[in-house]
Amino acid sequence: MDSALIPEGVKRCSFTQFAIWLLVLGALMAWGVLAGLLVFWKGLNVTGLSDYFGFGLWITVDLAVIALGAGAFFTGFLTYIIGKKELKDIINLAVVIGFICYTGAQLVLVLDIGQPLRAWFSFWHPNVHSMLTEVIFCITCYTMVLTIEYVPLILENRQLDKIRGIHFFSHNLHEIMALFAATGTFLSFFHQGSLGGMYGVLFGRPFAFREGFFIWPWTFFLFVASAIASGPSLTILVCYLTQEVTKKKLVRKEVLWELAKISGYLLAFYMVVKLLDTWYWAYVYAPSVGLTLGSFYKAPYGLWLLFAELVLCGIIPAVMLLTPKVRQDDVWMLAACFLNCVGCLINRFVFTVQTLAAPVMPFDRWELYIPTWQEWAPTVALIAYGALLVSLSYRYLPVFPREKELNLIK
Amino acid sequence: MTEQTTSGIRYGMAIDLDKCTGCMACAVACQQENNVSFREDESDKLRSITWLEMFYLDNGKPYPEHRQAYLPRPCQHCDSAHDSPCTFVCPVNATKRDEENGLVNQIPVRCIGCRYCMAACPYHARYFNWWDTKWPKGMEQMLTPEVSTRPRGVVEKCTMCVHRLQLAMDKAFTEGRKELREGEYVPACVEACPAKAMVFGNLHDKESLVAKLAKSQRAFRLLPKLGTEPKIYYLTSQGWIRKLGDNVM
Repeated sequence: MDSALIPEGVKRCSFTQFAIWLLVLGALMAWGVLAGLLVFWKGLNVTGLSDYFGFGLWITVDLAVIALGAGAFFTGFLTYIIGKKELKDIINLAVVIGFICYTGAQLVLVLDIGQPLRAWFSFWHPNVHSMLTEVIFCITCYTMVLTIEYVPLILENRQLDKIRGIHFFSHNLHEIMALFAATGTFLSFFHQGSLGGMYGVLFGRPFAFREGFFIWPWTFFLFVASAIASGPSLTILVCYLTQEVTKKKLVRKEVLWELAKISGYLLAFYMVVKLLDTWYWAYVYAPSVGLTLGSFYKAPYGLWLLFAELVLCGIIPAVMLLTPKVRQDDVWMLAACFLNCVGCLINRFVFTVQTLAAPVMPFDRWELYIPTWQEWAPTVALIAYGALLVSLSYRYLPVFPREKELNLIK
Repeated sequence: MTEQTTSGIRYGMAIDLDKCTGCMACAVACQQENNVSFREDESDKLRSITWLEMFYLDNGKPYPEHRQAYLPRPCQHCDSAHDSPCTFVCPVNATKRDEENGLVNQIPVRCIGCRYCMAACPYHARYFNWWDTKWPKGMEQMLTPEVSTRPRGVVEKCTMCVHRLQLAMDKAFTEGRKELREGEYVPACVEACPAKAMVFGNLHDKESLVAKLAKSQRAFRLLPKLGTEPKIYYLTSQGWIRKLGDNVM
């Protein structure tokens, strides 16, 4: 039964081996579900969140995975709109990662809101001025687009493809994929931006507040730039990891180098604008509200975070990815991609947690946020869910169109 | 009933910190009036619901120069242009500023508990219900009937006892009046202050005491540089307290 579902002409590990792997992932996901049920039953008091830290690990992770999932829309944009046909080798994987990131983030969000049964109020009583409304609308629509982009891949399963109707339906979906890629690009651009805007509009929180262009604070554009810079890096990392685990060549090196180069250029561009933004924020805006750069940092939320985000996980990986010799070396390229992703994670962390940690009233105090296991478990489960979907897709669907060809050559 | 309110009203408060003794009668009255839930163990102050929080201030100097003061902090009912920091961000319109009187209200039955408003408020004036609301046996008989209790998972905050405004408007309506008299609508905290340190009224009424106090040389507001335009004015003659009202480089 299992072998009948595996794409023709490719080799997969034994079902027993695969089942053991699924059990491991299932156990991690069960741990997350248990924590989730506890949250529903007992309430958010089981988390480390408080009235000072209304946002915490979950929002940080949500923002980070959504940013890193930008590889899907951006690779789609490059492939279908710009016409970089070589990226077709990796577009399926990018879509799967995007789907995982967006659906996973929404599952975690359900835990994070105090009244999950009222989640639909966001559509029923929307405040059109709220950046969060824009985020909710765009994420929902874009998840639908990602589903539409994922479906043709699922329908390409060997057994499903045998059904004539499904075969033609899937073929026709492929034909109009450029339309969805364009829609996805538009939606994803806006909600990546509105996620940044969510913080930039907080004029009561000088750590996060930014002026900007028309109704959009600079964080709107910065979040878009950092997402499209780091998203392709995650796609590369997952691709390499899959190659390592399966001991197969799945994508041509030139394709990964190309994606790494694009990621590098985007990261370099992002770093330039981010450094300008940081300079203006620290030397013009902060003094205008009676604060200095030092006012925003205190251990453990010290200046090391700024250094790690901008230098260690920003400038350094940008230079690495822009240097052909470095990015064409597997280890260095992976290191650069990893640092790039960590930089994005730190950025989302500081905007989420440090914004709230830095006191605004002079007589207020710094507080510390420590997530509980009930917050870590769904986060781990989210990663396990991602691994599960990648594993299932890899095993039963033609995720990598050149797999057969590349492994024959070998 | 909307017809009964008059436009151009901006309810606000003046709190004289030189008079405040930090007795916290205001905070207790607020809790009682607004059916604010509590737990047996309230030691976790980051999860304790205190619509009117009392901050302890000191000048950081040793004796004999040591000075201390208390700063009661209700919601500042920010009057910033277009929207208050919190009303601006709520995705479901669960918190709105009533432009007829300037009060920032909360609609708990609509709140989804996303806590974005809490992130937006620099004064920490918003509180999340981390636990189910449970009253000690018999206490539910003592709840204020005009104020609905809030369930677990929603945000709440000082409403400036808006239900008292409704009651005052009802009374004025039955008496054939369109305007409220000064002092006819007063929040519970102001009423309870034994030192008469809190004054409440219409900031747009030049003749009102609160408007006069707000214009006094002793008046200051919290974090004015942020542009939140709070409608709570603090009064003091002590420079070190005024200095704590805003960040100064």
